[in-house]
Amino acid sequence: MNMQEKNISANNFEQCIKCTVCTVYCPVVPVNPLYPGPKQAGPDGERLRLKKGIYFDDTLKYCMNCKRCEVACPSGVRIGDIIQAARLKYNTQPPKLRDMILASTDLMGSIATKAAPIVNMTVGMKPVKAAMDGVLGIDKHRTFPKYSSRTFEKWFNKNVKAFQESFNRHVSFFHGCFVNYNYPQLGKDLVSVMNSIGYGVHLLDKEKCCGVALISNGMTDRARKNAAINLESIRKSVNERQMPVIGTSSTCSFTLRDEYPHLLGINNEDVRDYIELASRFIYRIVDEGKVKLVFKKDYKARIAYHTPCHMEKLGWGIFSTELLRMIPGAEVTVLESNCCGIAGTYGFKKENYHVSQAIGKPLFEQINKLRPDFVACDCETCKWQIEMSTEYAVKNPISVLAEALDLVATSEANK
Amino acid sequence: MAQARRDNEFDVIIVGGGITGAGTARDCAMRGLRVLLIERHDLATGATGRNHGLLHSGARYAVTDRESAEECIRENMILRKIARHCVEETEGLFITLPEDDLGYQAKFVESCLAAGINAEVIDPKDALRMEPSANPELIGAVKVPDGAVDPFRLTSANVIDAKLHGAKVLVYSEVTKLIKEGDTITGVEVYNAITKESAKYYAPITVNAGGIWGQRIAEMAGARINMFPAKGALLIFGHRVNNVVLNRCRKPANADILVPGDTICLIGTTSSRVPFGEVDNMYVTADEVDLLLQEGEKLAPSLATTRILRAYAGVRPLVATDDDPSGRNISRGIVLLDHETRDGIKGFISITGGKLMTYRLMAEWATDLVCKKLNIGKACRTMDTPLPGSENENIEEISKQTWAKPGTPHKATIGRHGARALNIGLKDGYDTSLVCECEEVSVGEVKYAIEELDVHNLVDLRRRTRVGMGTCQGELCACRAAGMLADAHQCTERTKNDLKNFINERWKGMYPVCWSDTLRESEYSQWIYSGVCGLEGPETHNEDNK
Repeated sequence: MNMQEKNISANNFEQCIKCTVCTVYCPVVPVNPLYPGPKQAGPDGERLRLKKGIYFDDTLKYCMNCKRCEVACPSGVRIGDIIQAARLKYNTQPPKLRDMILASTDLMGSIATKAAPIVNMTVGMKPVKAAMDGVLGIDKHRTFPKYSSRTFEKWFNKNVKAFQESFNRHVSFFHGCFVNYNYPQLGKDLVSVMNSIGYGVHLLDKEKCCGVALISNGMTDRARKNAAINLESIRKSVNERQMPVIGTSSTCSFTLRDEYPHLLGINNEDVRDYIELASRFIYRIVDEGKVKLVFKKDYKARIAYHTPCHMEKLGWGIFSTELLRMIPGAEVTVLESNCCGIAGTYGFKKENYHVSQAIGKPLFEQINKLRPDFVACDCETCKWQIEMSTEYAVKNPISVLAEALDLVATSEANK
Repeated sequence: MAQARRDNEFDVIIVGGGITGAGTARDCAMRGLRVLLIERHDLATGATGRNHGLLHSGARYAVTDRESAEECIRENMILRKIARHCVEETEGLFITLPEDDLGYQAKFVESCLAAGINAEVIDPKDALRMEPSANPELIGAVKVPDGAVDPFRLTSANVIDAKLHGAKVLVYSEVTKLIKEGDTITGVEVYNAITKESAKYYAPITVNAGGIWGQRIAEMAGARINMFPAKGALLIFGHRVNNVVLNRCRKPANADILVPGDTICLIGTTSSRVPFGEVDNMYVTADEVDLLLQEGEKLAPSLATTRILRAYAGVRPLVATDDDPSGRNISRGIVLLDHETRDGIKGFISITGGKLMTYRLMAEWATDLVCKKLNIGKACRTMDTPLPGSENENIEEISKQTWAKPGTPHKATIGRHGARALNIGLKDGYDTSLVCECEEVSVGEVKYAIEELDVHNLVDLRRRTRVGMGTCQGELCACRAAGMLADAHQCTERTKNDLKNFINERWKGMYPVCWSDTLRESEYSQWIYSGVCGLEGPETHNEDNK
């Protein structure tokens, strides 16, 4: 009889002792009085929702799913998951057209890349922005990320795929929608860095959007389909080819590892440990002495590192900052932990724009005060937000590494 | 009856503010009588508030006590209509486990049907679909019209209606003496614990609805009722594990009912005889907790890993039948005693035995007898007149009438007070801010309870609103509610003592199950109250719970 040895409830919500520290750390609470806060929206509200679904509160939509509440919780309660799961389960409103457009990152990407120059110009035009604001509810202040005219996958297959087999060690790369449709340069940077340390880079057999935007916009059926396709490919990579899967986006990695089992109810236990962020992967193999990094002698940069919320949740910020600190000419400042306010598609929605900017304000102020050469960050939506709200460019640590490494010397050192 | 009379003269005095007394007060008042209801503590403090809150279908009694079963199903159907906001129509299952005799099921269903209870054998797989928390090893299942009923709400609604019909209600008023003129009881002497004053009230009839304590009231009149106090212990779990009442399909035994009630669920009960002298001091033993867990886990295995909020015990007011001189033969049914014919004491009747489920019928019987004695020919209407708050059952409909954008606190308020919630001010940000976060009780609701629902202290407030009944057991809400009571009473000292009592009362229930997260929670609460609020005092540590 194991009676009462452990109190296990869904998402550990019964372990909440109402200390309320989650609400103190919630970025939304101080700027949006309509949001009841993670404790009330999460474990407190859950008890009423278990009684009857009508107790579901529409204000749960103000949760950005940043998971800072979970990082703060001393009792291991998965507060963010409770809130997101409640939204998925009890929200009866069908997703708006706007939300469907914002959430369909790979569908929109594959259309937009075909006519990238026109799309980029059009969505940047004032009348179009006004129309999107008025008709769709996408805030007019937002700058849409530019689409690339050629996808990363196309570039990869045409230019580098052929010689990846020549390396001794191999990884698969989950590039995500941002790298594929908007910013293939980051993918290119990853390939050159990994190649220089002796790793061949491979694409998954099939890659779909990780589904984070589908989940946060309530389109779980599509998210589950994507998850099934991704996990099948990841399993092939990990189990059949012994290739771990690395990514450059903290949110994609977090979704593949944690949101799949917690919010979509999909078991990924067998491969979860083999999905990680490139910065952590590289830090680890450097630390273990498996590879060497040789840096350019003249590289100099003042870097401000912003820890994305999902990076906080993963607990992996330290790997990115320590990796950056390996660069002799880099002066790295870790910015105070503060959500940038964008939270994926959240900040694009007209109703959230002001909240989004208010949440990010202390971060923007700190960056402006620090006056770095650029900001480093592992998340693409943080990048858009910070680039829109400050005058500084934001680079992924892998791109910084690609700039700072003496690639030829590194290749030599790892032969 | 309508002529001018003195303030302390009534047609009927009802002693006991449990569900029976409240129901009788309502029925008498609805039939036009001038009613005085007297309770020595708060409403629903005795057996009324210390049970499962099960809206029995009667199935549990079908095999052993046909009469009770028939009463239950009739009252069950009535309560669904008249007390919608107090009742949850959950349905119930009687499950047979591998260790039980499946042969019992046929007899059980046959008895249910004979008593008019719609019992339907269903496939075990369907039973698990209906209630996923049920033990997956079950080999048989019968669906019955069980439900859940909130006894605090039900009592309060009866009292509200009694008052709306002109009844006077005195709480914290103990009957110290029955006034006797010759062989007739003509009134009562009452001591009010709050005002510390004594007073006399007169009526041609006094109804003893004192539950287990009715034995003492009867003694005051010079009559003897043999009560057999039977203690029943229950455990409250932190959230609803089940949404359908789960029973074991076997001869009624210990811990074989799991009832979902509002935001929690309850397993019970045990049954043990206790001496009459102990009825005011009930506590739950470690053995009882073990037994409840052992058996509860068989009904719903997840109970083994679900946090327990508290344990409590109540006393069933069982009565010895009058025709048994040994006093061993116990009546489970309703006992209405006309002391004039039984003992030669005029103007005094006792209504006892029975159950929460049959309170309305008990009230009807008692009121019929009162009316007969007073020569009043009015018929009972309680079986089809909705209680205040139950005029409309659709929470969303009610909330839309009142608030543009109802949030969870609004809906929770309606869930507790039904249509009466429309009388609660929840307009501005202050009124909708929360006093109790676990149960979502707002400032507006607490104000309403203090002003309209005979709330004198924090424990009373808990019974009317669920303040302090949630996961934190008063950790965050008690001090806020205390602040509001201090404002209302204009007395800080009284409220400080009240706060101490409330915290100790919460601790009494946590103590028998104080491990794991419940222990962490209590430590945290203690830190808040003694560390942050500086609330100290000799009573802070309760030594009574050995």
